[in-house]
Amino acid sequence: MRIKKISPGRIILYMVLIIASAATLYPFLWMISASFLPLAEIVGGNMSLVSPNMSLDNYRFVLGLTSLFPRWFLNSFIVALVGTTINVIFNSMAGYSLARLTFPGRNKIYFGLLALIMVPGQVLLIPNYLIMNAMGMLDTFAAITLPAAVNIAYIFMMRQFFINFSTDVEEAASIDGLGRYARFFRISLPLARPAIATQSVFVFMGFWNEFVRPMLYLQTQENFTITLGLQTFSSRHAGTQWAQTMAAACITVLPIIIIYFVFNNFFLTGRRMDGEK
Amino acid sequence: MFRLKRRKQEWLQGYLFVAPSIIILGIFICLAVLFVIYLSFHRVNLFQNTYEFVGLENFIRLRLDHTAMRAIRNTLTFSAVVVTAQTMLALILAYVLSSNIRGRKLFRSVLFLPTLTSSAALTLIFMFMFNIQGPVNNMLLDVDILSERINFLQNTRFTLPVIMVMNIWSTVPFYMTLYIASLVDMPSNLYEAASIDGANVVQKFFRITVPYLRPITTFVLLTGIIGTLQMFDQAYIFSDGSGGPANSTLTIALLVYRYAFGPQNAMGYAATLAVILALIILTISLIVNRINKEERVY
Repeated sequence: MRIKKISPGRIILYMVLIIASAATLYPFLWMISASFLPLAEIVGGNMSLVSPNMSLDNYRFVLGLTSLFPRWFLNSFIVALVGTTINVIFNSMAGYSLARLTFPGRNKIYFGLLALIMVPGQVLLIPNYLIMNAMGMLDTFAAITLPAAVNIAYIFMMRQFFINFSTDVEEAASIDGLGRYARFFRISLPLARPAIATQSVFVFMGFWNEFVRPMLYLQTQENFTITLGLQTFSSRHAGTQWAQTMAAACITVLPIIIIYFVFNNFFLTGRRMDGEK
Repeated sequence: MFRLKRRKQEWLQGYLFVAPSIIILGIFICLAVLFVIYLSFHRVNLFQNTYEFVGLENFIRLRLDHTAMRAIRNTLTFSAVVVTAQTMLALILAYVLSSNIRGRKLFRSVLFLPTLTSSAALTLIFMFMFNIQGPVNNMLLDVDILSERINFLQNTRFTLPVIMVMNIWSTVPFYMTLYIASLVDMPSNLYEAASIDGANVVQKFFRITVPYLRPITTFVLLTGIIGTLQMFDQAYIFSDGSGGPANSTLTIALLVYRYAFGPQNAMGYAATLAVILALIILTISLIVNRINKEERVY
């Protein structure tokens, strides 16, 4: 067996990767470390990530009976779950329609969507706030799920999927006398599982991490989502309760990290949405 | 007769299937866009629910508004620095990760982590790290780069740069992944030919990878510009919604929010600023697109 010679070029590549990984992990490691430390130690010029004084006290506080964090966590979960379900159904239906059904104006709709994707989201905040107000939906979960109930990028992704995917099975089912709606829900949709999984993961993450809409539309503390709750908690203590804030931040990040490791492949491969390929 | 009925039926199905999307996008994008333009020509009093037409007054007022000019300057600086840094870093990391070195899958998984973090958690983590008693100060003191602690969160020279750093940190992996997806399609004989000619890794990067990725770079730049010009979350959380200290972290989107929902209660004027933001984004996008088209010709 020959030992592969390590070229200087390879050393450069490894150094780049190690530095980048260290820079990536550094904030996460501090978040985790601080979440177990007492506040006094955090602000006392502490240099090391581990300490004998580590405890679960911060978590006990964050998840305790007087804390709203568990409530906010649950709210975020409900919003993300419902929002993702609606998205998957509506995006898939629209994608299917644009790919497989022929009707007048289909291309106009397609190009219309292409134009709408260019509209910058921040511009819509004020009018949407007023629309929500007029519809009486402020301070409800509907206000955060409804405007994001469809996602143009994933409509395109589903359209692409249905264009590329063979129609054989659906035609067979059609001969067997299955109607359009039954065919869509019982045959095409289950076959589109990979594409649906990809969009679910990203849409769920989008809802979970969303900050602006909850901040703008939610007013009652009990209705807050976890991101808004986290920010409110920190600002109420004028950004000084680092230990408890970091414990709460850890809890916020955890579900997405879990999803990431479970669905790793979707994250690393399914990320080409510019319509090429 | 039967065929015609079938066709009509398919029309109906087609419309029914796109209807939910059309309705939602119609209300929350199309209607909203028209509404924001309408608002930009009005003075709005939300409490009394009155809309008074004022013509171009809001646009004229903008020219004399020093706070707005500051926000525009901050946003453009932020965008220029962040887009340059994130594109370069993403390109370099994608290149390194798509070379056949050991453990690249692990490195790739690690480097992707920031993308998963919410803006709220991310901003608070960075604020903790950069606070006057925090790890960054400790580290810089320890290695003697600093002689005394810096208040990164309050010193106006450092506030916007700290937000830049956190934004770059959190956006690089996304663009890196886009680049990697394109590099997968790259014909490997390009590198092989270069290797035979004796090119080293750095030469290969500049002579082959960068030119090959030019089309996707345009896409990355465009997405980056559109994203950074709309900077809101991190500046809001960092400054608790104020854009402070001394407007140093004030972005256009944040000022829109402040005017619309703050004590000024100036929704019409805020809408004007939002329209200006959209126009800035549109203009820059068109310029980048134009440059790209000219490059493609030769």
